[in-house]
Amino acid sequence: MKIYATYNIKGGVGKTTAAVNLAYLSAADGYRTLLWDLDPQGAASFLFRIKPRVKGGGKALIRGTKALDDAIKGTDFQNLDLIPADFTYRNMDLLLGGTDGKPTRKIARLLAPLAAEYDRAFLDCPPSISLVSENVMHAADVLLVPLIPTTLSVRTLDQLTEFVAGFHGRRPEIRAFFSMVDRRKRLHQDIIEKLLAERPGVAATPIPALSLIERMSIERAPVAAFAPRSQAARAFRALWDELSAGTTGQEGSRLQAIS
Amino acid sequence: MTPDLRGFELDGETGASGGEPGNGISAVLDVLGQAFGVAAEHGAPGARQHTWLDTFDWRLYRAGLVLEYEHARRGGRLLLSRNEVPQAEQPVDGWRPSRPRLATDLPAGPVRDQVVRLASPRALLPMASAAGTVTVTRLLNADGKTVARLIVDHSTVTRGDQTVPLPARLAITEVRGYPGQARKAAQLVAGTPGVSPAGRSAFATALAALGRHPNDYSGGVTAEITAEMPAPVAVATLLLGLLDTLEQNVDGTLRDIDIEFLHDLRVAVRRTRSAIKLLGDMLPDGLAAPYAAEFKWLGDLTTPTRDLDVHLFGFDAMARELVAASPADLEPFRAYLVRRRVREVRRLASGLRSARFRTITDHWRKALTEVRDARPPRQGSGVLTADELAVARTARTFRRVAARGSAITPASAPESLHDLRKRCKELRYALEFFAPLHDPVIYRKVVGDLKQLQDCLGEFQDSQVQREEIHALADAMLAEHAAPAATLLAMGEIAANLALSQAEAREVFAGRFARFAGPAGQERVRTLLTGPRP
Repeated sequence: MKIYATYNIKGGVGKTTAAVNLAYLSAADGYRTLLWDLDPQGAASFLFRIKPRVKGGGKALIRGTKALDDAIKGTDFQNLDLIPADFTYRNMDLLLGGTDGKPTRKIARLLAPLAAEYDRAFLDCPPSISLVSENVMHAADVLLVPLIPTTLSVRTLDQLTEFVAGFHGRRPEIRAFFSMVDRRKRLHQDIIEKLLAERPGVAATPIPALSLIERMSIERAPVAAFAPRSQAARAFRALWDELSAGTTGQEGSRLQAIS
Repeated sequence: MTPDLRGFELDGETGASGGEPGNGISAVLDVLGQAFGVAAEHGAPGARQHTWLDTFDWRLYRAGLVLEYEHARRGGRLLLSRNEVPQAEQPVDGWRPSRPRLATDLPAGPVRDQVVRLASPRALLPMASAAGTVTVTRLLNADGKTVARLIVDHSTVTRGDQTVPLPARLAITEVRGYPGQARKAAQLVAGTPGVSPAGRSAFATALAALGRHPNDYSGGVTAEITAEMPAPVAVATLLLGLLDTLEQNVDGTLRDIDIEFLHDLRVAVRRTRSAIKLLGDMLPDGLAAPYAAEFKWLGDLTTPTRDLDVHLFGFDAMARELVAASPADLEPFRAYLVRRRVREVRRLASGLRSARFRTITDHWRKALTEVRDARPPRQGSGVLTADELAVARTARTFRRVAARGSAITPASAPESLHDLRKRCKELRYALEFFAPLHDPVIYRKVVGDLKQLQDCLGEFQDSQVQREEIHALADAMLAEHAAPAATLLAMGEIAANLALSQAEAREVFAGRFARFAGPAGQERVRTLLTGPRP
């Protein structure tokens, strides 16, 4: 199972939108895909019309009194399942800190038993650097980092790269991509050009700022499901093709090293 | 990830409707619409085309498995299931099940891994093919979330030039995490007028539509003999069953689909010959005698090809046992066997297509049918019953085995063991012919011990025969200048290994014989033949 995590220290940059659309495309390609909505706001759960509630809350999952497996819900789409958000996730740092063993590896250990059932997992993370995000970084094979092309966003990418570089052992691959891009803005164009020239891990396909993407919250579905021929759907498809090129969902999994 | 929760059939609505929703489907949707939101699945209704595969003798079905090839736009896939629950699946691009293929020729993958173990050396045959339309309807909760699905399958099934519409099949599939909703939907569907639970799997339904049923072939003795049946009728019934088996295997042998067709054909011939020898006097005077010679001709006709099949089937295992020589040294030998088999198969096919073969089978069937269907003898006419015949002839055959086996000592010539093997085969057939008349528990034990003894005698004789054949084949290869020195040396090593196997079999013989025909074994056979009948 290959694990992708959409992550950024900043909020409102398109993490959930990316997680929902890319997980949908992965499933549409025939891969058994699981999305875990780790954000207590539950936006990904809302978009799939699934109640943001886990029996026993985050505590039961983290302490292992409820198997992660039991919390999984099928979405409306073949091959795509979701672990819903729960409002108790807001205290997940405390829950993770209170567990036995390495508190930064807990999420990886919880996911390990699902490796036989799914080819790919997507973790939709809450913003900020916390014990939750550190867990996610240790569990993930690839960190998908949405960037609004602004100077401050570039700074957060630098901070993240530096933070991950400090990990011992395996580190997740960092794949940044441009999100909410406004082609009319000179600043956006300049930053995109500069970063693409300077950073090898940055995807060339941008996700534009489009009202259709905002409509996801009305339609409560990924854009490719309700507007498959739209510019937005084509952009997410091109981005996913670029990010997943050469991967089958099996190789290079960090879970293989853990289990 | 979402197994069928429950299967239903819609009375009076079939695949002939071409997938257009009929009144029955509309009624189901109306009922479901009162409890759920109802929406068509994303995308158009799917064309469904699939083929069920099994070996001629239903090895997968007997192991509780169903193998299905599903054709889709993006290539095909093989699906292996047990009780309609998927066990393994694998994509098979560029592979089509339109003609028989050996199980070992399947593309590598998890389905192949399971299938080869069960089916080899048999080929997988297309047992039935279905084509039609699958319509998926989503059942939604108050949030508009899909919580279950209704699958409607309109198909027709084909085999050869037969095409039969199947009853429309319905299933509710569960969405993970919403099991209660799927159960509720299934209850609603079950309560809709015109809907009944599907009593059979889709495969069984498809076969039934073609007038077949799973497991409709077995290489074993399947004649239904009853204890009170007049002995001539029982013998004719038995021989007709063997003739059916023989004829069922002719086409597969002629098409050389897999080596088990010829094997089963030969076993049917051998059983027929034994039955004629042991029981032929129950048939009207002079009926059986000419056929004894004809079935010997038929048996002899099949022997060369079968011997080559045995060599080739065990070839890789034999090659792996080489110590001094390399498996590659044997390749000219393999090539020679393959070439020779082509010639022998041609000769065999010519015999099976001959007027002589047709005359034997046609006349034999006609004569046996007359005996079977003759007016039953009057009570007190002195005609034996099947049970009396079974007891008398099985006991006599057992006594022969016990006497000849007891006379064998470590100094006995190999021929005495070969002869005992033949007698054991006759006994085994005698037991199998009348199996329905015996106590099943004792029968299993007697046959189990006999089989162990037969395996040992078989290993002893086959090792010798194969060794002699290897010598003869080496001579033939030399005569054809097809034998490099390295190949002859490797063949010599195989012959030496066969001599070792023969010696090992000789060593275990005494123990196996004592277990089967010692005092306890004799008592067991006595109980089998004279004890209470089932």
